[in-house]
Amino acid sequence: MTLSKEQCREIIARRVAREFKENDVITLGIGLPTEVANYIPHNIQVIFQSENGMLGVGRRDLSATDNPKITNAGGLAVTTKPGAVFFDSAMSFAIIRGGHVDATVLGALQVDSHGNLANWMIPGAFVPGMGGAMDLVVGAKKVIIAMEHTSKGKPRIVKDCTIPLTAKGEVDLIVTERCVLEVTPAGLVLKEINPLFSLDDIIRDTEAELIIPEHLQQIAV
Amino acid sequence: MKKIISIAEAAQLIKENSSLMVGGFLRCGTPVKVIDELVKNKTGGLTLIANDTSYPEYDRGKLVVNRLVKKAIVTHIGTNPETGRQMNAGEMDIELVPMGTLVERIRSAGAGLGGVLTPTGIGTVVAEGKQTVEIDGKPYLLEKPLRADCALIYASKADKFGNAFLDGTTRNFNTVMATAAQTVILEADEITDEPLDPAEITIPGIFIDYIAV
Repeated sequence: MTLSKEQCREIIARRVAREFKENDVITLGIGLPTEVANYIPHNIQVIFQSENGMLGVGRRDLSATDNPKITNAGGLAVTTKPGAVFFDSAMSFAIIRGGHVDATVLGALQVDSHGNLANWMIPGAFVPGMGGAMDLVVGAKKVIIAMEHTSKGKPRIVKDCTIPLTAKGEVDLIVTERCVLEVTPAGLVLKEINPLFSLDDIIRDTEAELIIPEHLQQIAV
Repeated sequence: MKKIISIAEAAQLIKENSSLMVGGFLRCGTPVKVIDELVKNKTGGLTLIANDTSYPEYDRGKLVVNRLVKKAIVTHIGTNPETGRQMNAGEMDIELVPMGTLVERIRSAGAGLGGVLTPTGIGTVVAEGKQTVEIDGKPYLLEKPLRADCALIYASKADKFGNAFLDGTTRNFNTVMATAAQTVILEADEITDEPLDPAEITIPGIFIDYIAV
């Protein structure tokens, strides 16, 4: 089964958005994780935190002028929701590191069977830096990885990460266009599968061992 | 009352081979005028301490593009390809620091603390060469205070006491950097003749040495 990049991203973002409950404080990473905000179920209110210093992040502000004063962590102008708050980076990371964020959604370069995450550098090739990611995965109550299942056909869900880690053993859930995996002390448990893919499709493109329950649920979107 | 100086005079306070903190998160809340003057003067060998190296064509990103930065202590360099190029070519040292750790290292310097203990970076390359301290059975990294010779701070509005109000998400690193440098220079969008309302001040003026206009 081949899905376009846009289709993959929508499946992933829609599924991640179902993980939240009323009043959750959520910090989204840049890129695909940001799209999760578009699919929050209408019957719940959540509060988006932005690491650059804001709670109550609203939509993109398309009317903003050059160099806006209210931005998200990607530097893009955003609106405020009722109840929004601005603060400095020290307060922002007190919120993040202090366990006041209910869930964070981040992308990954690799994630492994022990819940280790690598998403900030590939030595010699790609070194953007960790930004706030290391604090987020250590501090948030729930760490959700939202990413396409493979990168250029190669598995990203591996036995052991081979590139520098963002954090050790902090990942709770992995959501791809093909499946939902839960990180447990015994390993990765396949919780849900997208019916567009076969079990073999998933096993073939996952390097880590998967624990497969008797009754597999379909991915809920 | 604070000393109000020109942008050119402010730039003279920043010496070659000194350490310079610059507030801002990408372009938001970043002072720009003194940096342009540093570029004009070719004030080089700087150790830049900031959230990021911005974009090649803006503010502190220009310091990198004009090869005025010897070392950058930052959390993210992905928006300025020139930083990565100079790093890979061995032309600039880069110390990448987790964002929450960078802000606390600066805060602890300004607050008279001997550093901070943080769980961030345990089990990663960030922990290499650092002391681990166990508190109540949990490991933390000892991260040392970080100060600078000079800090460039942005404000939306400031009065002549140096008291500053920072709007929206412009606060970011400006508040802590104002406390952690030998010389602190403020650039404000607006200088008011009347004192600001004490209840709406983000940065107390006592931290500010000069207002550059």
